[in-house]
Amino acid sequence: MANYVLSVGMEVHAELLTESKMFCRCQVAFGGEPNSRVCPVCLGLPGALPVPNKHAIELVMKTALALNCTIARDSVFHRKNYFYPDLPKGYQISQYGETNPIGYHGWIDIPTEGGKTKRIKIARVHLEEDTGKLMHLPGGGSGVDLNRAGVPLMEIVTAFPPDIESPEEAKEYGERLRQLLVYLGVCDGKMEEGSMRAEPNPSVRPEGSETYGVKTELKNLGSFRSVFGGVEFERNRQIAVLEEGGEVYQETRGWNEDTQASYVMRVKESENDYRYFPCPDLMPMHFDDAMIERVRATIGELPIAKWQRYQSEFGLSEYDAGVLTAERPWAEFFEACVREGADPKAACNWMNSDFARLLNETGQSVVAHEGRTLSRVTPKHIAELTTLIANGTINGKIGKQVFGDMFESGHMPKAIVEAAGLTQVSDTGQVDTWAAEVCAENPDVIEKYRNGQTNVIGFLVGQLMKKSQGRANPQLAQEAIRKALGE
Amino acid sequence: MSISLDEVRHVAKLARLEMGEADLVALQSELNALLGHFQDINAIDVTGCQPKPHAVPRQNVWADDEPVFGLPREAALQNAAAAKAGLFLVPTIIED
Ligand SMILES: [Zn+2]
Repeated sequence: MANYVLSVGMEVHAELLTESKMFCRCQVAFGGEPNSRVCPVCLGLPGALPVPNKHAIELVMKTALALNCTIARDSVFHRKNYFYPDLPKGYQISQYGETNPIGYHGWIDIPTEGGKTKRIKIARVHLEEDTGKLMHLPGGGSGVDLNRAGVPLMEIVTAFPPDIESPEEAKEYGERLRQLLVYLGVCDGKMEEGSMRAEPNPSVRPEGSETYGVKTELKNLGSFRSVFGGVEFERNRQIAVLEEGGEVYQETRGWNEDTQASYVMRVKESENDYRYFPCPDLMPMHFDDAMIERVRATIGELPIAKWQRYQSEFGLSEYDAGVLTAERPWAEFFEACVREGADPKAACNWMNSDFARLLNETGQSVVAHEGRTLSRVTPKHIAELTTLIANGTINGKIGKQVFGDMFESGHMPKAIVEAAGLTQVSDTGQVDTWAAEVCAENPDVIEKYRNGQTNVIGFLVGQLMKKSQGRANPQLAQEAIRKALGE
Repeated sequence: MSISLDEVRHVAKLARLEMGEADLVALQSELNALLGHFQDINAIDVTGCQPKPHAVPRQNVWADDEPVFGLPREAALQNAAAAKAGLFLVPTIIED
């Protein structure tokens, strides 16, 4: 069998986080009664005139800048003509052409194995409108809900020839893009609700072949795990077809999550059949330096830059920096802790262990959203806690107890420590007394120690800590036990 | 510049127009007359003129992102050929 090379182009659609639709001012929301957010424009009624949503244009420009694109100085909307019941006007307003879309010729770096990155080139970032939703009715026929029709939709398309060459890279690209869009606040990234949709176009060709193979377009991928599965399945399917002397057809294929297999949905119409032309209802757009710079200023530090800075500036591991920067609110919380005076490493440890676990268990969050309640723990709490440990007021074990308390009550760690008398005991006289008591109470253990079982020291130190109700300075406790044993 | 009968047939199909052969032939000559007019326009010397996407010299006509209520659902569905459970009814769609 010949060796085959996989190439994957990716089209990603993202619904923009605007309040109103793209060309009318109907509200944008998820769910709700069907056809409750519609008007003459998004119903495609005769005579209705579209007016573009300025904020949507800015969000696409923001994304395009973050993806290192060139911003078109002049850009227009086109009509993409086709008939489908979820498209009331008989055309979709979109953007056609190589350098007409708001952003073009960009790139994003994705991490690959061994701490390396790979650059994935982006052909264009353009703005269009979403279609309505079609649903099958139990008694036959289909129903159309146009609440989604006209919702601002951004399309991000990778460049040809494609840089993505494996199912892993396809998944990584999608995940990184999702992270970026959520970071930028342009899309909520919810694939399960369809607000972000990834459509890979895999093709295979024999190694060494100059021409690319026929690609198929995968749809209905509900997660990036499915992107991985779908691309892997298509690669194997296409290779098997070619090996049997068959032909790969350019077609749209759906992905069946249950069977983990793709199936034919439709043979794709050729591009010419869409008869793109500039939409005469819409005025051309011109973007000047002032607008571009104003939008650029809203971007802020991107996740990959944060990830690198946390390692170089705070000495965090690749992994820890990755966990902290995965979501923007989490990264911002961490940065606020550092601003409040927390030791970065210590703050990182508390956040990624106890804090993350408690938030998870209680369904809380560091930002109030989507039914998650806001945690009482603020960056000030973390900073004060790490300081109490760093200056020896309490030890790490008590720190855990204090963390649990402040998570529940919202009280400041210092107040908790004072109220409960949890300060660390570093008075050697007191610790020595406890050591002597522990030895006196455990003659059998001392006997074992005398017989050479030196590992019982751990047990004795543990007893001392228990006696001190966890407050003894662990270092001193260790020393006191050794001293009492005559070491 | 002229349009073939096959192209007329193809365009009719894309526009979901069912046309008899005689109508297609008639339409072909009408379309060719229109295209002839474009040929006249093509003859004009436009050296130095920038292509314009729109006849009206305006740009950046945008609206602020502020939602307003559109139509009550009853009104939206009023012209539908058929409606059920608040949805526009259409023939069964088998693909996606
Ligand atoms: Zn509307």
